[in-house]
Amino acid sequence: MATAEYPLEQPRRKPREFSISQAFSGWVETVDHKRLGLMYMVTALVFLLVAGVMATLMRIQLAVPNNHFLPPDTYNRLFTMHGTTMVFLVGMPIIAGMSNYLIPIMIGARDMAFPRLNAFGYWVFLFGGILLYLSYLGGGGLSGAGSAPDVGWFAYAPLTSQAFSRGHATDYWTLGILVAGVGSIASSINVIATTLSMRCKGMTLARMPIFVWVMLVDAWLILICIPPLSAAQFMLLADRYLGASFFNTQAGGSAVLWQHFFWIFGHPEVYVLIFPAFATLSEVIPVFSRKPIFGRSAMVAAVVAIGFISTGVWAHHMFTVGMTSVANIFFAVATLLIAVPTGIKIFNWAATMYGGKIRFSTAMLFCVAFLFQFLVAGLTGVMLGVAPFDWQLTDSYFVVAHFHFTLVGGFVFGVFAAIYYWFPKVSGRLMSEKLGKWHFWLFCIGFNVTFVPQHFLGFMGMPRRIYTYAPGRGWDGLNMLSTIGVAIQAAAILIFAWNVIRSLVHGAAAGDDPWDAWTLEWTTTSPPPEYNFETLPEVGSARPLWDLKHPDDPDWKYE
Amino acid sequence: MASITTTPPQIAEWKTPDRGTVGIISLIITESSLFMIFVIAYLFYIGKSINGPYPKDVLEFPWWASICLFSSSGTIVLAEHALKHGKMGVFKGWWGLTILLGLEFIHQTAAEWYHLIYVDNLRISTNLFGTTFYMLVGLHATHVIVGLVFLLIVFIVTMMGFPAQTQIRRITFLSWYWHFVDAIWVVVLTTVYIIGR
Repeated sequence: MATAEYPLEQPRRKPREFSISQAFSGWVETVDHKRLGLMYMVTALVFLLVAGVMATLMRIQLAVPNNHFLPPDTYNRLFTMHGTTMVFLVGMPIIAGMSNYLIPIMIGARDMAFPRLNAFGYWVFLFGGILLYLSYLGGGGLSGAGSAPDVGWFAYAPLTSQAFSRGHATDYWTLGILVAGVGSIASSINVIATTLSMRCKGMTLARMPIFVWVMLVDAWLILICIPPLSAAQFMLLADRYLGASFFNTQAGGSAVLWQHFFWIFGHPEVYVLIFPAFATLSEVIPVFSRKPIFGRSAMVAAVVAIGFISTGVWAHHMFTVGMTSVANIFFAVATLLIAVPTGIKIFNWAATMYGGKIRFSTAMLFCVAFLFQFLVAGLTGVMLGVAPFDWQLTDSYFVVAHFHFTLVGGFVFGVFAAIYYWFPKVSGRLMSEKLGKWHFWLFCIGFNVTFVPQHFLGFMGMPRRIYTYAPGRGWDGLNMLSTIGVAIQAAAILIFAWNVIRSLVHGAAAGDDPWDAWTLEWTTTSPPPEYNFETLPEVGSARPLWDLKHPDDPDWKYE
Repeated sequence: MASITTTPPQIAEWKTPDRGTVGIISLIITESSLFMIFVIAYLFYIGKSINGPYPKDVLEFPWWASICLFSSSGTIVLAEHALKHGKMGVFKGWWGLTILLGLEFIHQTAAEWYHLIYVDNLRISTNLFGTTFYMLVGLHATHVIVGLVFLLIVFIVTMMGFPAQTQIRRITFLSWYWHFVDAIWVVVLTTVYIIGR
């Protein structure tokens, strides 16, 4: 072969010179799972910021009685867009982002099973999200009636019919979410194919990291629970534009059917959203407790059980629509049943920490806070699962407090744990622990100050989705407290943003394995090269890095 | 970074499922979930139309269309079999017949719809029967058409000389999709023309 074809001293390319064509080929044409994962995460964080600002506006409006900060129409649009954005444009892309970035490097693969499908999923999701937000411009339609959707994130019929929702607001909601849903399905097919087919030599399902297991079940849930929503949205479109009468009660249709279809999607969806947090905890807690996870197979069995039971509990969102008592009892029991596998998970995380040599890094702090807050959320969930109790408190602030405890106290805390834990791998730099602790404590305090009072507001009868309230009902103080909590959370988020930016520029070099962890992603460099691994790894146990670091006492001896 | 070998020395032969197989099965699961909701809606609204025409007045059991679609599942298997044994002429014959049977199914559906719309005056906005009928049968017909498009692509490129025998794996996946569309027709047939009539 030619030896002297290249000059010995090659002209050095200037590092980080920005050119549009390079950025285009690097970020728009890319099919690399790590870049797509990052794009998902960054997009999700941008939407998180937008929806967070919406929540802040709503809390300012509710801080004092008879407030005129926001007009009622705007308030309706804000809570609809806040809910829709948080579920479909924050939660779903974070799931896709985390599974995209982490699954291949945790199972020792070079990319996802279908890289182009992966890119398709991201772009479709992004356009769906943009379409939803274009409603602010186009929602009025020719008649100028309406702007952004204002029908609530579950868009109950008949509010969405032509008679009650003029203009195109509802259509932006329907089509935006439909399109984003196609992206979610694409990405979950990819996750399933990747985890089942791309595992490196020796990585049996029994040795697969629990993170990957949970994300696999998550993808399965997305696969079976998004299509019911899409189907219902097709029906809604047909109702609105073809004169169909699925949800048109005057032609014999049923508005309750929409509720069933929506919650057949909607309840599995809340498990879909909490799973990335479960996945993160199952990796972070063992590493920072210096113990293998307690009850590994029980953890996997529990998550698989949740994956099935959660498809049969949806109607507990509908105890007040007048189902038969048989249906009420069935769904109440199924709801209580699902607390069992969830309880197993909480106990196993606690048992993993028990007797461990715990290092309270920021990631670990978020996980510990998760355990407490998610426990509270689970307990209020069991309370609401009891039909007679639900009759008292449905559509009150108690429900708002409950699901924000699961989704903020659970999901968001889990995602922050994940960011603090994997940021060094992704960027090659450590995040500041000092700023991280400020972030954690402010966010934890702010979160609880915001949402703990809302339980009591619910008990005192404050309904959800009201844009203002009269003074003298005993709601004033707690509402003010709740709004103050938002300010504390906002400060925490600013510190977090500063921490990310500062660490990207000035953070200490992380090295390959800053946490002394045990899964495969810590064997490659930080950030991983485009091909992930020079040679594909081979594993002999669930903790391949433990085996590598302790050749005298490897795990595979005990399997 | 050194290469990582963290295994006990005895590693068995390593085999994971084919990613395409997993992918197409996942697609079929997600599609089944979509159809399930439309079938539930159909079953839920049987007998709830507040005005006619009713199914028993206007629906004819689609014998010929069903025979066409079901036998196309057989012909595609024969085509695959021929492809695996390298008999390209036989493959083209059976594959072309599959397409013709699919087209005849769509033709039958179109004729049925034409009759329903212009003779029986059943439209999507007429009543709940019309609403659920056109959505469910239409969703299935859409899947048949998508399948036909892919079958036609394979047929055309093969006729133009593309060596289809190099793509046996993908053609198998396509035939699985076709079988799935067939299986859904069993469900639709039962729901619409047997239970619903």
